[in-house]
Amino acid sequence: MIDQRRRGFLKGVLGAGVAGFALGSGIVPLRVEAATAPDASDWPQKAFRTPGVDETISELYGMEATESDQITMDLPTIAQNGAVVPVTVETALPNVTSIALLVAKNPNALAAYFDIPDGTLPFVSNRLKMAETTDVVAVVISDGKAYKATQNVKVTVGGCGG
Amino acid sequence: MASSIRVRAVENNGVTSLKALVRHPMDSGFVKDSAGNVIPAHFIKVLTISHNGKNVFVANWGPAVSKDPFLECRFKGAKKGDELTISWIDNEGASDSTTATIA
Repeated sequence: MIDQRRRGFLKGVLGAGVAGFALGSGIVPLRVEAATAPDASDWPQKAFRTPGVDETISELYGMEATESDQITMDLPTIAQNGAVVPVTVETALPNVTSIALLVAKNPNALAAYFDIPDGTLPFVSNRLKMAETTDVVAVVISDGKAYKATQNVKVTVGGCGG
Repeated sequence: MASSIRVRAVENNGVTSLKALVRHPMDSGFVKDSAGNVIPAHFIKVLTISHNGKNVFVANWGPAVSKDPFLECRFKGAKKGDELTISWIDNEGASDSTTATIA
């Protein structure tokens, strides 16, 4: 533990030194990062602050989702560590434009959602935190309609503890 | 400092599979430190993957995504040697960007 902190500290010091040198020498154009940064202004603040699965789906997509067996979810049935639960979603549904991952018992249900443009396969793998044993819900928007699938994860150590 | 993003993209039969690992605390805002003070939320909001100036994947993340987030996605239309740009921005306005070549 102590060793790790020392590593982190050293890296931080070295990194700061290099950055300082780069700035001082005037070689690095400062605006590059700002120009390529994604636009977060469309980030749906309200949907990410909504508890409850159905409430979140209607807040995010403005409709209700129907159950579908065309959505494949791959995640552990028992997660030893709720802080890192790998969740993979894949679907055979056509014309998918968006996939969302919700954790039913988290303080705010929405964990992540993904824009799937034309040409991108309806597949995503991500790691999520969950506080306790809970349902994980995958929502898929296909042909403008919302579909969902649910799987339960038994969490033995919560991901939100201090 | 080294980039916060590590990417590996491989093209196979017209489908590019991309794995990205981003170094970020992803603090949820619900956790307290050892002194009992709440650690403020600090998390990546948006991560984009673009190819030829067009977004092929956009992840909108909340604080429930794990620390040092991992993402895997697949898309068509790119070939070996093409360049991808991966960028993120967090709730404090910090951002990072990197490029990767499809293998």
